[in-house]
Amino acid sequence: MVLRFDQADGEPGLDSISMIILDQVRTAAADVLRIPLERITEASTPESVESWDSVEHLNLILALETQFGIEFEPEEIEQMKSIGEIARLVESKAG
Amino acid sequence: MREEVDRLIGEGAADAAARALGEMWRSDPGPAAAGFVVSRFEKLRGTVALTPYRLAILRSFTVEPVVPVLRAAAFVGGIDLSVQLGDFNAYAQEILDPASSLYSFDPQAVVMAVQSYETAALREWLRVFRERSNAHLILHTVESAPTPGRGVLDAQISSSEWDETQRMNRELREMARQFRGMYVLDYDALVARYGRESWRDERKWLTMRMPVAAGHLVHLAQEWMRFLHPLTGRIAKVLAVDLDNTLWGGVIGEDGMEGIQLGAEYPGAAFQAVQRVMLDFYSRGILLAVCSKNNPQDALEAIENHPGMLVQRRHLACLKINWAEKAQNLREIALELNVGLDSVAFVDDNPVERQHVRAQVPEVMVIDLPANPMGFARALRDAAVFERLTLSEEDAQRGEYYAAERERKELQQSSGSAEEFYRSLQQELEVAAVTPMTLARVAQLTQKTNQFNLTTRRYSEQELAAAGESQRVYSLRVKDRYCDNGLVGVAILKDQGDVCEIDTLLLSCRVIGRTVETAFLARLAAEAVARGRRRMEGWFLPTRKNAPAKDFFAKHGFERVEENGEGSRWSYDLTKPMASPDWIRFL
Repeated sequence: MVLRFDQADGEPGLDSISMIILDQVRTAAADVLRIPLERITEASTPESVESWDSVEHLNLILALETQFGIEFEPEEIEQMKSIGEIARLVESKAG
Repeated sequence: MREEVDRLIGEGAADAAARALGEMWRSDPGPAAAGFVVSRFEKLRGTVALTPYRLAILRSFTVEPVVPVLRAAAFVGGIDLSVQLGDFNAYAQEILDPASSLYSFDPQAVVMAVQSYETAALREWLRVFRERSNAHLILHTVESAPTPGRGVLDAQISSSEWDETQRMNRELREMARQFRGMYVLDYDALVARYGRESWRDERKWLTMRMPVAAGHLVHLAQEWMRFLHPLTGRIAKVLAVDLDNTLWGGVIGEDGMEGIQLGAEYPGAAFQAVQRVMLDFYSRGILLAVCSKNNPQDALEAIENHPGMLVQRRHLACLKINWAEKAQNLREIALELNVGLDSVAFVDDNPVERQHVRAQVPEVMVIDLPANPMGFARALRDAAVFERLTLSEEDAQRGEYYAAERERKELQQSSGSAEEFYRSLQQELEVAAVTPMTLARVAQLTQKTNQFNLTTRRYSEQELAAAGESQRVYSLRVKDRYCDNGLVGVAILKDQGDVCEIDTLLLSCRVIGRTVETAFLARLAAEAVARGRRRMEGWFLPTRKNAPAKDFFAKHGFERVEENGEGSRWSYDLTKPMASPDWIRFL
């Protein structure tokens, strides 16, 4: 599946499946980082969310691994720099 | 589900929100749900009953991801856990440095999640730790390697890697036994239970020093909870069980004695497995009760005469077999057995009954069962509220005491006056200073006794042992014509000038209502006089549960001398003699 993540309000960008995964990733991030769901967007990064430190990054990864039954490679974990990228990676593994 | 929880919190329906969070957690416990459960319970603080507890974790590996999972499991179990993590691999410094963050956090319990030890050094650390802290300490055993470095050769030689691990773990157990309040968590057995290969995550170990696979974090947290439940006192003292399809397969009222499934062969074997767990609990001092919608004759016939029954009538402290609502029956069981509803666990195969009980009596701990009876025994064994860290003689015999209590009640109904009843009991009391032998039971009584307890001050063994000369700790033993009730009372007295201060005075519910308290107090007063004290004083600090002790001071001629928001202070002029009932004999 080819995905495009358009920042322009999502209209033409994500298809329905990936929207679901994006929402699940956003929900997981909101739970782990303990902030309201509205404050997590596809563009959220460790820099833009104060509570997103290295411990919570690990917690987020473990939450996603258990929730989706997947496993990330160490290299992938380093590359996960935004909610959008994480959702894309989850999609490709859980797909 | 998340919206539902937030809606309930918004509406102020705290109990319902906590129940929904519990349901959410039990359906899928782990890192994914932990953040949500923790953050929502933090909002419920102050509106639902939670026991606060401080836990420090010393470690040699990354345990950060276990913390939210542990806190979520604790919240669902009624414990508000504050967790402090020691620095990576810095446990020795933390213990040895009196100014370390470990001691400034002042934990109530410490987990030592360490993967290998040098036993001589460890012994010294434990000694230092016990000198500086009264906190409970939980030591992990060392994990055996999934495949030894020598390969199959390891099993052929005498000083193998495997032997070495076993030796270390044996030493660890012996060491823990030498100190008060130190317990061993068999980490090696825990890992083996879930499978060494599946437990370990090599990638996370090599990249972030986290050896536990994501899916097993919850199992480590649950294992810690098995210690935290007994340490915080959030435990079940009573297990109330349903009968049909829980204690046996089928419905006794319809299938009859021959029709129900109960025996050594499948499918009856699954139910015998449940009964075997119940008997294990019985020998830990947990009281067994029946709470069933049935015709009492049918059910009793099966309990008393079915050849497959392992649980016998004599194991059952209380039977409620009728057509009343289970919530009502559970209230009566708690009342009859003299325990709070929050000390009662309930197990029933029917999810509707479980839901009913959760909604009607939220204090009761409801144990969920899977759909298949073959999983029932495991579900009961996994429930941390039945765990105990120490077992006193009293615990092991508790079930028998309650059977004797039933007979006593029958006698009470047949005796005319109260005094006649007291005389007929032929009670004998032994008041003694605490000894190393009785210390564990005395501490346990201060921690568990809620009803007849003037001040409800909780003390650990370590605290009692560490208290100085100025403090007198007494234990009370009560025998009667039916049995030796064992150690059932504690008093802690402090002499200050003229005054003998009652810091603590409590009686186990087992001996309430038999004038034992009067004789106990009279003996303590006589000793205070002999030591030259002129007054006996103490506080009554009311709690939600200690109404049975409310009139204690007034009833024994104390005068109220002070009253504040916490409670009332009472004083007795020791120049007036205090009478002890003549139907009680002192040993």
